[in-house]
Amino acid sequence: MSSNRNITPAHFELSQSGRTVTFRASGDWTLKNVGEIDPVLTRELDALDYDNVQYDLANVGELDTAGAFMFARAVRKGPGDRHKWKVLKGDKGQRTLMQAAADAVWGEPPIETRQWYDSLTRIGTATERFFIELIETVAFVGKFFVVLFKMLLRPSTIRWKSVVALIEEIGLNAAPIVMTLSFFIGAVIAYLGANLLSTFGASVFMVDLVGVSVLRELAPIITAILIAGRSDSAFTAQIGAMKMRQEIDAMTVIGLDTFEVLVVPRALACLVSVPILTFLGMLSGIFAGMLIAWLGGLGISPILFFARLNEVVDVKHFWVGLVKTPFFAIIVALIGCRQGLAVTGSVESLGSRTTTSVVQAIFAVIAVDAVFAILFYQMGI
Amino acid sequence: MDFKIDKTQPPMEARGILTQFGAHVVHENLNFRIESGEIVGLVGGSGSGKSVLMNTLLGLKEPEGGVIRYFGHNRRELSPEQRSEVNNEIGVLFQGGALFSSMTVRENIMVPLREHSDLPDKLMRELADMKIHMVGLPAKAATLYPSDLSGGMKKRAGLARSLALDPEILFLDEPTAGLDPVGANAFDELILGLRDAMNLTVLLITHDLDTLYTTCDRVAVLVDKHIAIADSLPKVQAYEHPWVQEYFGGPRSRAALTAGKT
Repeated sequence: MSSNRNITPAHFELSQSGRTVTFRASGDWTLKNVGEIDPVLTRELDALDYDNVQYDLANVGELDTAGAFMFARAVRKGPGDRHKWKVLKGDKGQRTLMQAAADAVWGEPPIETRQWYDSLTRIGTATERFFIELIETVAFVGKFFVVLFKMLLRPSTIRWKSVVALIEEIGLNAAPIVMTLSFFIGAVIAYLGANLLSTFGASVFMVDLVGVSVLRELAPIITAILIAGRSDSAFTAQIGAMKMRQEIDAMTVIGLDTFEVLVVPRALACLVSVPILTFLGMLSGIFAGMLIAWLGGLGISPILFFARLNEVVDVKHFWVGLVKTPFFAIIVALIGCRQGLAVTGSVESLGSRTTTSVVQAIFAVIAVDAVFAILFYQMGI
Repeated sequence: MDFKIDKTQPPMEARGILTQFGAHVVHENLNFRIESGEIVGLVGGSGSGKSVLMNTLLGLKEPEGGVIRYFGHNRRELSPEQRSEVNNEIGVLFQGGALFSSMTVRENIMVPLREHSDLPDKLMRELADMKIHMVGLPAKAATLYPSDLSGGMKKRAGLARSLALDPEILFLDEPTAGLDPVGANAFDELILGLRDAMNLTVLLITHDLDTLYTTCDRVAVLVDKHIAIADSLPKVQAYEHPWVQEYFGGPRSRAALTAGKT
């Protein structure tokens, strides 16, 4: 095939005698120029009524499959039905290409999209999928606890090595980002409090605000959401890729339980890491509040800050914050693992499962936090 | 610009190629040339750098030294447009088929057409179907997704995609690996048939001795970091090198040879 600039234009000539059409072609018939000639050729062929085609390809220069396909337009009558054809003049390569082109069969047309119908169907399948997801997640949680208790009865079956390695990955490596973000959030709350409360001349109350909000809500939620974005997606991608490369199948065949090997260590690692990370987040958030109180123009010294904190912020707020973290940990770990195991063969499903995983994890974390808030309120804590 | 792809020139030529990863030298002073219209088999032990050589020839990796010429043009001296024009003359079948898993087989084949031509959709679809037919897939495969295909069908579909633009050169990376003998034979036949029909130049990386015996005009042996010999099979078999002797003198080779003769 020569480049764009060296194409001889394609010409054709159709002449009919009796029921036979002679197709005389010249020039280059390649992918680069068939686009222009196709409508003309189709129109002229449609106007003719014939039974046989004969080809004279002696003057054809370049010919590729697209060109041969154009020639073969003359052979096709309707769907499936063909005219008789033969090549009068032409070399061996041209004949082979013609044969291939004339023999080619069409596949099914692509499925047409029907906008209204499809959008309705999509709403339907989405609703159905929501309930299926819900049931399957609950089933997965149930299965996890069964396996976990079995393993707790025989602690030697727990893979401590991988638990520790995962704690490093989930906990230790996430500590800087959790602490940095909590610091910023603590600082933002402190400024907000300082601004609002100074209008009442009660800026010292910002200590209460920072203490309660960071301990009770912000540190646990920030940590859980970060872990959902950071580790939950990693779980899904890792396990999903293992599923795609048949590693999961290999494990099952060898006799390893995927729950024991993959899910339980991750859940345990999260269970250890998330409370510690939350605690670090609390420290860093309160530290930020202290810094703003001291240096941010309020003139509350660290000693006064901590004295006030000690006095007004009950230790129960700390426990309320911390007691939620194991729940968040389990939610994040299980959703990540479940979505990973649900990956099928295609790359697309890996992508969509990872998205679903993060969305579900963050959704579940916030929903559970809301449930806890109602619960604690009703209990008067 | 008087750039023209001259088909009388050897489609691909590599001179003095040096490839290395850090201190690890993979190829040194490697010379290799493919003539127009021939099928060349490339053999070499596992880890001898066959795939690296293919990537280098394809331009997926720049060699640390040496020159690669396409149709007589030095690859480094080509402008990006000329480079893409040359690339359209090269089709590749990767080992697993490398089909895009989010598209049907037909859409996969239409990807290069869409990218490099401005044909109407219907015509592209028909051309894609013709390619599907040419590689011996059933017509209903057109609307299937790669995950629905068997290993052999994936390879055929991958081949159809690599042929979409009617390339001059075709690279096949282990085309028969993982196929059953019947499927592998059929694939060998297919390659021979397509070569005749489309006047292809084929570079075939393979471990399949049957494929070597039945399809290749020449066999190139990659050993000791360079192409030790690239010649017709009998001459390669007579070549005095321990690895070559072991490769072609083993029981598998003898079996394939007798099978090929009968």
